[in-house]
Amino acid sequence: MLRNGECAQRLLGFDSARGIFSGDIILLMRLTKEEVEHIANLARLKLTGEEKGRYREQLSAILDYFTQLQGVDTTDIPPTSSVLPVRSVLRPDDPSPGLSLEELLENAPQTESGQFRVPPVLD
Amino acid sequence: MAELIDLSLVEAVRSLREGAISSRELTEAYLARITSLDKHLKAFLTLMPDAALAQASRADRLLASWRKEPQTQLPALLGVPIAIKDVLCVAGMPCTCGSRILETFVPPFNATAVERLLAAGMIVLGKTNTDEFAMGSSTENSAYGVTHNPWDLSRVPGGSSGGSAVAVAAHLSPVALGTDTGGSVRQPASFCGVTGIKPTYGRVSRYGLIAYGSSLDVVGVLGRDAMDVALVFQFIAGHDQSDATTMNVPIPDIHLEDTHDLSGLRIGVPEEYFVTGIQAQVETIIRQAISKLEELGARAVPVSLPHTRYALPVYYIIAPAEASANLARYDGVRYGPRIPSEDLWDVFRLTRGEMFGSEVKRRIMLGTYTLSAGYYDAYYGQAQKVRTLIKRDFDNTFESVDVIAAPVAPTTAFKIGEHGDDPLSMYLEDVFTLPANLAGIPGLAFPVGYDHSGLPIGMQIMGPHFREEILFQIAHTYQKVTEYHKQKPKL
Repeated sequence: MLRNGECAQRLLGFDSARGIFSGDIILLMRLTKEEVEHIANLARLKLTGEEKGRYREQLSAILDYFTQLQGVDTTDIPPTSSVLPVRSVLRPDDPSPGLSLEELLENAPQTESGQFRVPPVLD
Repeated sequence: MAELIDLSLVEAVRSLREGAISSRELTEAYLARITSLDKHLKAFLTLMPDAALAQASRADRLLASWRKEPQTQLPALLGVPIAIKDVLCVAGMPCTCGSRILETFVPPFNATAVERLLAAGMIVLGKTNTDEFAMGSSTENSAYGVTHNPWDLSRVPGGSSGGSAVAVAAHLSPVALGTDTGGSVRQPASFCGVTGIKPTYGRVSRYGLIAYGSSLDVVGVLGRDAMDVALVFQFIAGHDQSDATTMNVPIPDIHLEDTHDLSGLRIGVPEEYFVTGIQAQVETIIRQAISKLEELGARAVPVSLPHTRYALPVYYIIAPAEASANLARYDGVRYGPRIPSEDLWDVFRLTRGEMFGSEVKRRIMLGTYTLSAGYYDAYYGQAQKVRTLIKRDFDNTFESVDVIAAPVAPTTAFKIGEHGDDPLSMYLEDVFTLPANLAGIPGLAFPVGYDHSGLPIGMQIMGPHFREEILFQIAHTYQKVTEYHKQKPKL
């Protein structure tokens, strides 16, 4: 597979005039058209054909740019999911009033009997 | 007496209490200036002139009673207007996040930061323009048009808090709230010649801030000087029950000394922030500003933050990953417009596909990919570990220096359209601001000069967690002996 193909290490020297890899290097794009469609489906985004092509190029270039992180030695380094030393913040289990049903439904495009109205799932 | 719109927040509060001016005339003056100038600047998305004037009249009544009984309590910032970035909820005012997918959304509640300022008596003039869902560095990604830099209308104000920065720079509001996830308060502050704080993560409640990157988002303040910014900061800062990521740490009572003496202060100057590729004048001006601080008694110490170059890929893995989760709720069901269809999945796909802009879709897709099965460890997992290394660089450095001084951006304000449809070249604008968000540390940007085209250049001072008061004092001292923050663009 060409997926781990070469890409130049670029930081401040990024070739913004060209933006993406040119000519036949496009064949080395990290993402396939099918992968783009798969991601779009996971993210529930309907894309036009033009968008699929454009995002494929742009996302491939961005993902290539990320490969420089593979070279960083992170042995025994814990991940940071939060910069703060807070964990499991709890409050007493005492109910208190929230927003009213009316307020919650106010912004909905379609409501019925105090609920959000949506079409059925057909497949 | 200075023109009403030229009064600082501090001066306005004093003049209102003395009865020298009224809230009504102050608010009217700002609204008139917005009416005459905002058609060229496009800083505001929503204006609420009638509501603002009604609150101003109410403020005047309260001030009048207070003057008869001055021993009674008066809200500290009563009667002064503020502009709010359109990612923070203000009850009854549209909150679009610069997106079509929230075109019709009117929040029924106030963000905590807004609530605290309303309790302090401030008057919300309206909502300011932003890159869509705060994703961007120029405000060009707003679905409602670009905001123009008042120093050169053909240029961007920076982003994503471009509208707020312009409102302050053009004197359309004395102060404004913004948000900073990757530099979105500091960079527009730099491009527009104003002062802006990105507080420590966990310092200000994110309740009511429409989320982009939950481990990075911070509510910040923009104003004309450190004093005004510090004042608003004190009101919005503090633990909030509604936000489990706020820390229960005391807010320092910030008394800015009018000293000209910074002796004893050790300022780290990180070599990685002065690489080739930054605009020459930016480097010159920043070094001059650091020399100025040395003149005032500080000592500049070269330091190294070796993982700086990784901040960009780390941020552009983590932030889109978090965004892909945070933006999953926009589906045409509970708020915003809906593209109708007979099938529910199509409602989601069509609404999101059509109503989100390109940059938002790109980031959602990036995030979806890097979190997906088979790729999580290589991308997201590795990014989180490198994030730890970036944070440790700062922790280590703060053992030998008190603060770090650096440029905010590699360039001054660029032309509208200059980055074309080239996402990576736009991302490179953020290189110097991203590290502070990844480490969670506070950063304060303030104007320190101009380039040869007269465009403002900002410097940022970054400090250890929860030490905003040092940053404010340094900027305040600098602003006592320089005039950059007093300059106003010709409009």
